[in-house]
Amino acid sequence: MNNKQIIEYYYDVAVVGAGHAGCEAALAAARLGHKTVVFTVSIDSIAMMPCNPNIGGTSKGHLVRETDALGGEIGINIDKTFIQSKMLNRSKGPAVHSLRAQADKKNYSAEMRKTLENTDNLCIRQAEVTDIIVEDNKIKGIITASGTIYHAKAVVLCTGVYLKAKCIYGDVSANTGPNGLSAADKLSQSLIDNGIEIRRFKTGTPARIDKRTIDFSVMKEQKGDEYITPFSFTNRPSDIERTQVSCWLTYTNEKTHEIIKNNIDRSPLFSGIIEGTGPRYCPSIEDKVMRFADKKRHQIFIEPEGEYTNEMYVGGMSTSLPEDVQYNMYRSVKGLENAHIVRNGYAIEYDCINPQQLKLNLEMKSIDGLFCAGQINGSSGYEEAAAQGIIAGINAVMYIEDREPVIIDRSEGYIGVLIDDLVTKGTNEPYRMMTSRAEYRLLLRQDNADSRLTPVGYRAGLISEERYNKFLKKMESIDAEIKRVKNTYIDAGEYTNSILESYNTAAINTSTCLAELIKRPELNYEKTALLDKDRKELDREITEQVDNMIKYEGYINRQMRQVEQYKKLENKRIPEDIDYFQVGSLRKEAVQKLDSIRPSSIGQASRISGVSPADISVLLVYLKGK
Amino acid sequence: MHNTETIAAICTAFGNAGIHIIRISGDKAFCLIEKIFKKGKSQKPFYVERYDSHTIHYGYIFDGEECIDEVMVSVYKAPNSYTKEDVIEINCHGGSYVAKSILMIITGLGVRMAEPGEFSKRAFLNGRIDLSQAEAIMDVIKSQNDYALRSSVNHLRGNIRKSIEEIREDILSETAYIEAALDDPEHYDLEGYRDILYEKITLCTERLEKLSKSYKEGRIISEGVNTVIAGKPNVGKSSFLNYLLNENKAIVTDIPGTTRDIIEYSINIGNICLNLTDTAGLHKTEDYIEKIGIEKTLESIENAQLVICIFDMSRRFDEEDEYVLSRVKDRNVIVLLNKSDMECKIDLNELENNGIKYIVFSTKTGEGFDRFVNELENMFYSDMIDVENEIFITNIRHAEAINNAVTSLRLAADNILGKMPEDLLTIDLMDAYNYLGEITGDTVGEQLIDKIFAEFCMGK
Repeated sequence: MNNKQIIEYYYDVAVVGAGHAGCEAALAAARLGHKTVVFTVSIDSIAMMPCNPNIGGTSKGHLVRETDALGGEIGINIDKTFIQSKMLNRSKGPAVHSLRAQADKKNYSAEMRKTLENTDNLCIRQAEVTDIIVEDNKIKGIITASGTIYHAKAVVLCTGVYLKAKCIYGDVSANTGPNGLSAADKLSQSLIDNGIEIRRFKTGTPARIDKRTIDFSVMKEQKGDEYITPFSFTNRPSDIERTQVSCWLTYTNEKTHEIIKNNIDRSPLFSGIIEGTGPRYCPSIEDKVMRFADKKRHQIFIEPEGEYTNEMYVGGMSTSLPEDVQYNMYRSVKGLENAHIVRNGYAIEYDCINPQQLKLNLEMKSIDGLFCAGQINGSSGYEEAAAQGIIAGINAVMYIEDREPVIIDRSEGYIGVLIDDLVTKGTNEPYRMMTSRAEYRLLLRQDNADSRLTPVGYRAGLISEERYNKFLKKMESIDAEIKRVKNTYIDAGEYTNSILESYNTAAINTSTCLAELIKRPELNYEKTALLDKDRKELDREITEQVDNMIKYEGYINRQMRQVEQYKKLENKRIPEDIDYFQVGSLRKEAVQKLDSIRPSSIGQASRISGVSPADISVLLVYLKGK
Repeated sequence: MHNTETIAAICTAFGNAGIHIIRISGDKAFCLIEKIFKKGKSQKPFYVERYDSHTIHYGYIFDGEECIDEVMVSVYKAPNSYTKEDVIEINCHGGSYVAKSILMIITGLGVRMAEPGEFSKRAFLNGRIDLSQAEAIMDVIKSQNDYALRSSVNHLRGNIRKSIEEIREDILSETAYIEAALDDPEHYDLEGYRDILYEKITLCTERLEKLSKSYKEGRIISEGVNTVIAGKPNVGKSSFLNYLLNENKAIVTDIPGTTRDIIEYSINIGNICLNLTDTAGLHKTEDYIEKIGIEKTLESIENAQLVICIFDMSRRFDEEDEYVLSRVKDRNVIVLLNKSDMECKIDLNELENNGIKYIVFSTKTGEGFDRFVNELENMFYSDMIDVENEIFITNIRHAEAINNAVTSLRLAADNILGKMPEDLLTIDLMDAYNYLGEITGDTVGEQLIDKIFAEFCMGK
């Protein structure tokens, strides 16, 4: 006799996976008042960082600040746990200033777990999810390995690299996720059974080395910034001051490359054991050496994994070569001659979906209420995952509450660029955010992420009244200061010109607008302080924006005009039930592409590869005729 | 109203018609005509507001101080016009040179070239015509757009296209380097790069300006059917050309100042305009100089829309004739057997058996000329040869695109001097890149990202 009792639970939102996407999705749903369960294969791996020990970096830093502006957790969590902070590209234009912080990995994970555990409406459950339940093209819940049913009105899949994960180095392979965590081997089949297209991607990580066996004296020290900018708009620099640790720079050399070349046939990448498509942005060291054969050396960054451990991450040397080759290869690097490898580098293969099956709210087109975020969508990176996670979490709630989805467009944030690229153009490799992907990047600066997105987070319900009022005050001060600067005239005279001379910039003969002086290449807002007698003491986050908005006004206005054009097309909606086969004069290729991607606007349609400007004209005329 | 951008185009059919009509539609149409048109013999300023809709005015078009043409200007005030917008129509003298010059002046003043079918599209969008008419228009947009794509790829003169592609590639490489450095500052730095960039931009600008100038000088030949006269030496290629030049009362234009060794003529036969290229005779040679000439001939044949291939029927068909035939047989070709006034030594049956259609011809007696014209018109009207209205429109587009690219590059150069950060310079560079893409028919895509990854070793 079978006494097995099937346990059933009822939730509003079920989130599958508690990595960087899953945490944001679960927190957003729970904070918006919905009963939420988040699944993880191991409760000790919540918000784990299985690869690089840092958050942020070029364009990724933007994603973190945007996620924070919406009311996400990643910015707050890294502010709590960073051990070094740096603003990259500070010598370049304001659009590409990017914040990056080294994390204490264990702390990062523990703090995030603490936040999850103490959030109302949120339950954590350690279990492997094996099936999704779909009825009439609607998600109904999920089933775990034990057969327990979790009914849910909406489900968010954030499976990371765990779907049929396989770790490989040399001829050694194991069907596990990172760090030997168990893979989710069954869920892929359930997705396929429900008509979802699955792909196989690959990524990799370098070895970790015992700090005590590294000779730092031959490496270049990389210190953090003296003035620390917080990731979260809720923090002030003084809130997060701490002693910082250093990273170290060294290089590969011709001997390293020789070792790799001589053993390249033993690489699972080249021998064909690895089938998945890897990212072009983070190539393995063997890939770099083979593809850029004329480069005599590559930079290697030795980064601490945290203050709790002696493990050091070898940035720039991700590999899946056999253990003996790794041993020789790492030891050929200056300063690593006696290195003791604690963990081998490895490649990991995993299942993900074709993101073109999603709508811009990250909901599956063919299954209502099923959302996907993070690496399952073909992206790579903690920050990309978190950014999608919060959007999927918010939209799961919007779906349940039958409210308009929250969609950030390409002119509003890197998050918009990221999601639009994935959903509209698709990707053939793990997708990494880059500043060059954002066409309006001068408007999408990291310093103004809150002015772009905090109102969105507020409307969705993730930003408290108190935080929002503070935000409004900040916006007012910025506007007022810009206005004041534009209406302030500096008298010509000995005093003024002596100051101008000290900055090697031309003297003035007549009274001149302060804004015009700030625009000069030799000057900026700060440097004109002595000329500006009425200037009040303002926060750096305010003066920074004032400076940017005045100094780059010309370009900013140009981009704003481009955005106007872009918005026009974006606002031309395409009805969901449009039958492209009935639109005369469209080219066949265009019909197929449009029918499979089903763009929501003319603007989105125009970005699909294979849809020409002529097709767009035809569509416009057709829609007008309807 | 759908779109307020003002547009202009030549509305009359291609060719050397007696009159051309240029239509301008949109908000700025009136203000524009007031800038370039002077009314009456006395050339007085013209104020549209003083006149009713549907009136026509005699006067002159000016390019600054220079008088371009004597014209009639029609005024149609919104909404009583074809597009329901303010419309101006300029009737100018025939010969598309004049019409194109006027169009260039107009587009130089911030008016955009109309897309194919765009006047009709506006007419529809503004409620002037109904859906069934609009559907017909969609077909036009489609066919012309397909054509425009083909034309920008095929019809663009080989060397211009090559230069444009080279310049685009240069711009892309520089941009990719900057972007790589911005995205991966720890691997690539921009120290001292601005000076290098400034030099490269200046070089690109100079090359584009040269192209733009060559367009102005060479624009007469950029219309009509690009035709090559081919054959081995001494079969009568030059006498055929002279025959056409002498027999035809149509306009014949010498093209001065071209740098090519190959001579080109623009000549009207019936309603068709041919851009004739006389080429060096095709034959086997060891002579270095001659070899270069023959290479050029072969290249001309490759780029030609029509090949007129001449054989001497008073001599036996030999190896060299076979060679010539093999080089042209896949092209649009008219085979002329010259010297029909002499004894025929060619095996005509064999030619027919090989599926070669020919016309027996004599430059001495004029025999076969009518058949030649017939065949030409057949090919032309059966669409074997692609010649449509867009051929010169496309080219004015090219000039416009080049000028826009030059403006963007100048801006970039100015901003280097103004010490603007590199990430802003790439905005100008990519603008220039995209303008030039309008010429080569490339749409914006993933080229930049692909280039970054292909050339630079990025990431952790």
